[in-house]
Amino acid sequence: MTEFDAASAAVQAALDAGARYADARVMHRRYESMTARNGDVEELTQDESIGLGVRALVGASWGFHAVPDLSDAAARDAGRRAARTAMASARVPGPPVDLVAVEAVAASWASDCRIDPLGVPLSDKGDLLVAATRTMAEHGADLAEGLYQIWDTAKWFVSSEGHRIDQRIRECGGGISATSIGDGETQRRSWPSYRGQYGTTGWELVESLDLAAHAAQIAEESRALLTAPQCPAGETDLILGGEQLALQIHESVGHAIELDRILGWEAAFAGTSWLDLAQLGSLRYGSELMNITIDPTIPGALGSFGFDDEGSPAVKRDAVRDGRWVGVLAGRDSAAVAGLDYGGSVRADGWARLPMVRMTNVGLEPGPHTLEEIIAATDDGVLMDLNRSWSIDDKRLNFQFGCEVGWEIKKGRRGRMLRNPTYTGIGPLFWRSMDMLSGETVPWGTPNCGKGQPGQIGHTGHPAAPARFRNVRVGVSA
Amino acid sequence: MSARSELELAGQVIELVRRLGGPAAQAEAVVTRADLALTRFANSAIHQNVAESTVGVRLRVHVDGRTAAGSGSVVTTDGLGALVERTLAAARLCPPDPGWPGLTPPTPAPDAPPVDEATAHAEPDQRADRVGAFVAAAGGLTTAGYCRTAHRSSAFANSAGHTAYGRSAEAAMDGIARRDGADGVARRCVDRLSDLDGTELGAHAAAKAQAAADPVELPPGRYEVVFEPAAVADLLQNLSWFGFNGKRYAERQSFAEPGAAQFDRQVTLVDDPLGASGLPFDAEGTGRRAVTLVEAGTTLAVAHDRRTAAEAGAQSTGHAIAGGATWGPMARNLRLSPAAAGPASAVGRSTTGAAAGAVVDTDTAALVAGVRRGLLVTDLWYTRVLDPKSLVVTGLTRNGVWLIEDGTVVRAVRDLRFTESYPRALGPGAVLGLGSRAVRQPDRVDGAWWAAPSVRLASWHFTGGASG
Repeated sequence: MTEFDAASAAVQAALDAGARYADARVMHRRYESMTARNGDVEELTQDESIGLGVRALVGASWGFHAVPDLSDAAARDAGRRAARTAMASARVPGPPVDLVAVEAVAASWASDCRIDPLGVPLSDKGDLLVAATRTMAEHGADLAEGLYQIWDTAKWFVSSEGHRIDQRIRECGGGISATSIGDGETQRRSWPSYRGQYGTTGWELVESLDLAAHAAQIAEESRALLTAPQCPAGETDLILGGEQLALQIHESVGHAIELDRILGWEAAFAGTSWLDLAQLGSLRYGSELMNITIDPTIPGALGSFGFDDEGSPAVKRDAVRDGRWVGVLAGRDSAAVAGLDYGGSVRADGWARLPMVRMTNVGLEPGPHTLEEIIAATDDGVLMDLNRSWSIDDKRLNFQFGCEVGWEIKKGRRGRMLRNPTYTGIGPLFWRSMDMLSGETVPWGTPNCGKGQPGQIGHTGHPAAPARFRNVRVGVSA
Repeated sequence: MSARSELELAGQVIELVRRLGGPAAQAEAVVTRADLALTRFANSAIHQNVAESTVGVRLRVHVDGRTAAGSGSVVTTDGLGALVERTLAAARLCPPDPGWPGLTPPTPAPDAPPVDEATAHAEPDQRADRVGAFVAAAGGLTTAGYCRTAHRSSAFANSAGHTAYGRSAEAAMDGIARRDGADGVARRCVDRLSDLDGTELGAHAAAKAQAAADPVELPPGRYEVVFEPAAVADLLQNLSWFGFNGKRYAERQSFAEPGAAQFDRQVTLVDDPLGASGLPFDAEGTGRRAVTLVEAGTTLAVAHDRRTAAEAGAQSTGHAIAGGATWGPMARNLRLSPAAAGPASAVGRSTTGAAAGAVVDTDTAALVAGVRRGLLVTDLWYTRVLDPKSLVVTGLTRNGVWLIEDGTVVRAVRDLRFTESYPRALGPGAVLGLGSRAVRQPDRVDGAWWAAPSVRLASWHFTGGASG
C-alpha cells in the first residue's frame, strides 16, 4: 500500500459516504532541533510523524478527519468519518460552497537542497552551537543561546478531481542570541534574528549565517545595552532594518490580506481584517514605493512550494502594486465566495490539520536605495532592528513592535545605541509614510506563524530590506 | 486502544532501550492516545469541523552521561525500534549532560478526577448542536467560535521501574457575537460536555455585543479597571510562563522572589492540575498536585521539573513538559483564588442605557459599583512581553470595553493598547477587589486552563487608542 494508495482510499471512501468532493494528504515529516546554552548542548529533539488527513465536502459543509495509520482500512474509515463530520456541520449550515477551478495534475516537486541537513553529523551541528554560545558567554552574555531546526517533509496529495501530487520540502535554519541581565531588566541581541533565519534549503543556509563570527559582537552589544540610553519617546523618522521590516510585513500586510480573515472566517480567534473586498484594486495601502508580492516560487525562501495543499500550483501574484491593494491570499473555496479566480495559498501544518489560508512568501520588492543612503538622508531619527516583541490588533491595524536595538540617527550619521526601542502606529498610515526603501533584500523566514483552531504553525517567507518611515511614534514604555 | 496497551507500549519502549542501549541506559517513555475534535463556526455557520485520532510516543534517554529525546507517531514494533535506535544514536553523539537529574523513582500516582465518558466519546452532532444553540441564542447577531472536546489516555514508564497511567477529558466553548463590528464573547472550559450550555453562552455573548455598539474613543493614560475572567486569564498565563517558571527563575530572568510580598494581599495563586480532569503525572512521571505559588500576596514557589529542581536544591513540583529543557517547567492550571464572599449587587444596577448588558454577572457588577471612573475590560489580545524580568507586556483590549463612572457602566469604548508590568499592576495595594467565583477559561490547547474571578485593579497603563 503506497502513500498514494492510502490517500486514494480515503478519498474514495469519503465519496462513497456522500461527499461531492474530497481530498487527502499523506504527510511524513521528520523534525530535528538542537538548543545550546552557555557552551553546552541543552536539548536535542528528533521527531518522526506520519499520517493521513482527509477532507470531505458534503453539500455545503466540510468535514475533516486525521489518523496516524496508512492501512487501507484506516484510510477508508477516515474518509467515512470526514463525510460524517461534514454531515454534522450541516446542522448549522452556511451558504453554498464552490471551488475555483484548478487543473488536476499528476506532478512531483522538491525544494532545492545542496547539503541534506539531517545528513550532517549531529556532532558537527552540536559543535557549531557549542562554540558560538561559548564565545558569547566569554564576551559577557549571561545567557548565550543557540538553536537550529530542521524539517524534512514528504507529502502525497490526491483529490477526487484527479490530482496526484507528491512533494518533498526540506527546511532548516538557526541562530544565536545573547542576553545580559541587569538590575530589573534584560537586554538581548541576536544573529541573524531571534531564533534564527530559515528557508526551504539545505544546511548550506546555516553555514552561510556564520554564527560563530557574530557571537562576540552580539554578546558585547547585549551587555552594552544595559547601560545605553533609553529610546526617547516622541515622533521621529524611523529606519527599520530588514529583519524587523519582514515581521512588519508579516503582521500588518500578510495577515491582513488573508481572504479567510477578510471574509470573517477567523473572526473569533485570529481576527478579521481592516480590508474591504469592495476596495480591492482601488485602496491605497501605502506609498508608491510599496510593492508587495505573494510569491511561493522564490528558490530557498521559507514559504516556497510546488503546489499548495489543495493542489494549486505555485504562482507569483501582486498583493500591493505601487501602493495600491490588488491581491489576496486565498484558497479555492474562499476565492469562490469572493468572486476571485485564484487560490494557491492553502496549507496544513502536518497531516492532522485542516488546510487553511496561509501566507507563502509575502514580501517587498527591492527599492532604489541602500541603508547607508537612507541613514545619510536622515537628519533626525532612530534606526531599529531585530524584533523583540510584536503585537497587533484583531483587524491588523494598530500595532506596536519592540526591537532588540536602536541607534540614534543625527545629521545623517549613526550615533549612540539606544535600549528598549519600540514603535507604534496604524498599518496603512505607517505604510503611506514609507519614503525610502533599500534594495538590499533578504528573504527572511518566519517558522512560527500561529493561526487556526486547533492551532497550526505556519512557515512563511518575507523578502524585505531596510526602509524609512516618517513621523512615527517611538519610545512607548510601561 | 486500552489502558493496558498504552502501558504495554511504554514498557516495550523501555525494554527496547535496555536491549539496544545496555542495562545502564536510563530511559523514560510517554505514550499518549488522543481523540481531539473541534467544531468551528463563523458567519453563524459551521465552516470547519475537524477530528483527529492520534497516538504519540515520546522517549528520553540518558546513556554514558549524555541525553537526547525523540518522538514519533509510528507504534509498530519496527516504528518503536527505529525511534529507540535513533534516539540512542543521537544521545551518543551529544556532549555530556552534567545537569541530568535522574529518573523519577517508583511512586504512586495521585488520584485524578474521573473522566466523563460522554465527553471522551462525544460525536460531531453533539458539538454541532451546541453551536446551533449558541447561534440561535444570539438573536440574529453574527456569531463565530468553536465547541471542542478532547480525550487523552496516557501511560508513562521509565527504566527505574516507575509506571503511571491516566486519562483526561475536557470540553470547551468559545464564541463571539458581533454587532456592527463590536464583539461580545463567552468562553468556558468544563470537564463534561453536558455542562456547556450553548444557549446560555450565546445569550451572554449577544448581550455583551449589543452593549458594545457605538463605542467612543478615549485618550490613553492610566485608568482604574475591572477585568473580567477572560482578561485575567491572560495575566495568569503570562505570570506562569515568564515568572513562575523554574528555568527562567534560575536564569534570573523572572521577577519571582520566593518569600517576598510581591503581590497585593488579595492575590493567592494556586496551580491545581487535578482540580479538574487532568493527567495525574507530568512528562517525567512525577505526580501532579496542587502547588501554591502565591499566598496572600507573598510569592512562595516557582514551578519545577526535575532538572530545575536539582539546580535549585528543591523537589520537582510535577511541571515537566516535553521540551522543558528549552522552555522550562510550566504551571498550566493556574487559579486566582476568588474572594471568600463578594458583595452582593444586582446586575441591572451597574449598567445604564445603551450599555445595559455589559455586565452579565453579579461579581463583576459588585466590582463595577465601587469604581468612580474607570474601564470595564472583557478580554486582552495579542499580548507580548517587552521585557521578561519586569514582565512588561503590551497588548490590546478585545471583545468589549466600557467606561465606568460613579459605579455605573455608561458607554462602550473603542479598543485600547496597553503597556504594563503585570506584577506591578497586581502589586501590594493595587488590587481593589476580587469576585467571589473563579470562572475556568480554556487555553488554546486542551489540558491547560486558567481560572479567575473578575478583578478590580487600581491602575492600568493604556498607551494608545484605537487610532494610534
